[in-house]
Amino acid sequence: MTAALEVAVARQIGEFELDVAFTAESGILVLFGPSGAGKSLTLALIAGLIRPDTGTITIKGHVVTDCAERIHVSTQDRRIGMVFQDGLLLPHRSVLDNVVLAVRQSSGRRARREVARSWLEQVGADELAARRPSSLSGGERQRVALARGLAGDPALVLLDEPLSALDLTVRRELRELIRRVIVSSGVPAVLVTHDAEEAEELGDVVIAYNNGRVAGRRSVKRPVCPEPRRGAAESTESA
Amino acid sequence: MTALVPHSWLNSLGIPPWVWNPLSVSLHAAFEATIVVAVVGIALGYLLAKGRFPGRGAIETVFSLPMALPPTVVGYYLLTRMGGPGPIRNAEIHLFGHPLTFTFTGIVIAQIVESFPYCLRFSRTAIANVDPRFEQAARTMGLSGWRIAIFVTLPLARRGIVAGVAMAFGRALGDFGATLIVSGSVPTATTMPIALYNAVSYGPHRQAMVLALVQVSVALAILFGVSRLGKIRAW
Repeated sequence: MTAALEVAVARQIGEFELDVAFTAESGILVLFGPSGAGKSLTLALIAGLIRPDTGTITIKGHVVTDCAERIHVSTQDRRIGMVFQDGLLLPHRSVLDNVVLAVRQSSGRRARREVARSWLEQVGADELAARRPSSLSGGERQRVALARGLAGDPALVLLDEPLSALDLTVRRELRELIRRVIVSSGVPAVLVTHDAEEAEELGDVVIAYNNGRVAGRRSVKRPVCPEPRRGAAESTESA
Repeated sequence: MTALVPHSWLNSLGIPPWVWNPLSVSLHAAFEATIVVAVVGIALGYLLAKGRFPGRGAIETVFSLPMALPPTVVGYYLLTRMGGPGPIRNAEIHLFGHPLTFTFTGIVIAQIVESFPYCLRFSRTAIANVDPRFEQAARTMGLSGWRIAIFVTLPLARRGIVAGVAMAFGRALGDFGATLIVSGSVPTATTMPIALYNAVSYGPHRQAMVLALVQVSVALAILFGVSRLGKIRAW
């Protein structure tokens, strides 16, 4: 079976050196570690926003970066969705129009709006459709950002600390939502966090980062029943 | 170039031709100049803000030169290039059948040159100041370069761009030196500032007072319009 994501890259930025290699299957892969460990840089490399110095990145069998072969597929053509820490919703467009803009697969304005509305429904934000991002709470913004990240039928969705700017209550509420929506969509995801509890609750696999290196990898055992259970992590591998 | 509406209407409104004719020429010329300036200025501003190519600074300096030059110098060069013998004059005759000096089109060209730097500099600065993370987010959404420009960058830079276009319109409307030299103050190409100059020079003084008041009113209307446009939320 083809891996959803294969990463083996190195990138030097000033004194900091990132040198990581890992693969991801279906479900949610969490990159966990302290600030400055290189997690968000890894996401930027996967998204194609930054080029690595060396290495390869493959998304669902398609090579999107290969430094030796001078392959660098543009961000636009990688079929990724991305959820940023502060949402980065376009402030001059309504919530619905933000999501519509990300819909790639449907031709015709009406069809694209229908797709966008269905994603807003799935994240419980359909009532926000006509509002401007500036009028949304932090939690509402991230719901919309999640809908936008998935609306383009991506091969991979990247979430860069999507909950770190939210208060604890909203964060817990959104964890459940993110896991449910991503798992039901069937889109593999890579999520960055420095919150251990979040990593446990959201991830199927957790990769620990430390100072630009992969320090460990473990699978999170989850109950078969739909009710999520916390603290069921079990270490299976280590780097 | 004459009045845009019938004189009988203006007479019934009590607006004399010596106000309406130059105002009409001024507004018409400034409007045409601003359309050209806006299209080219925003496009070039985008290129200078986003492009990475050698000579960007030199291009901006050259196009900004009219801001630093006395308008009479700009007018002198336009007159000698457009009116004097050479390839530019030959091209004018080939395209229009006559040289463009002392014509309405000549005024428009003079106003384009004079007002272009304002639109260019405002647009470039506004576009360069757009948070690049929004553009990155748009790239992850699969938007192509031109769609990012249309749907993300330009709307986010709209306030600066609108201010630049309005400044260019105001500059075109108020230009005196370059317009006077290129148009020669022929009756069909007399703008408001030139009409005011003529009224001050040759009288009557009451006409000068009214023409000045009309220009102040138009300037106030532009500034008010800019402040309103600056508050628009989106295109």
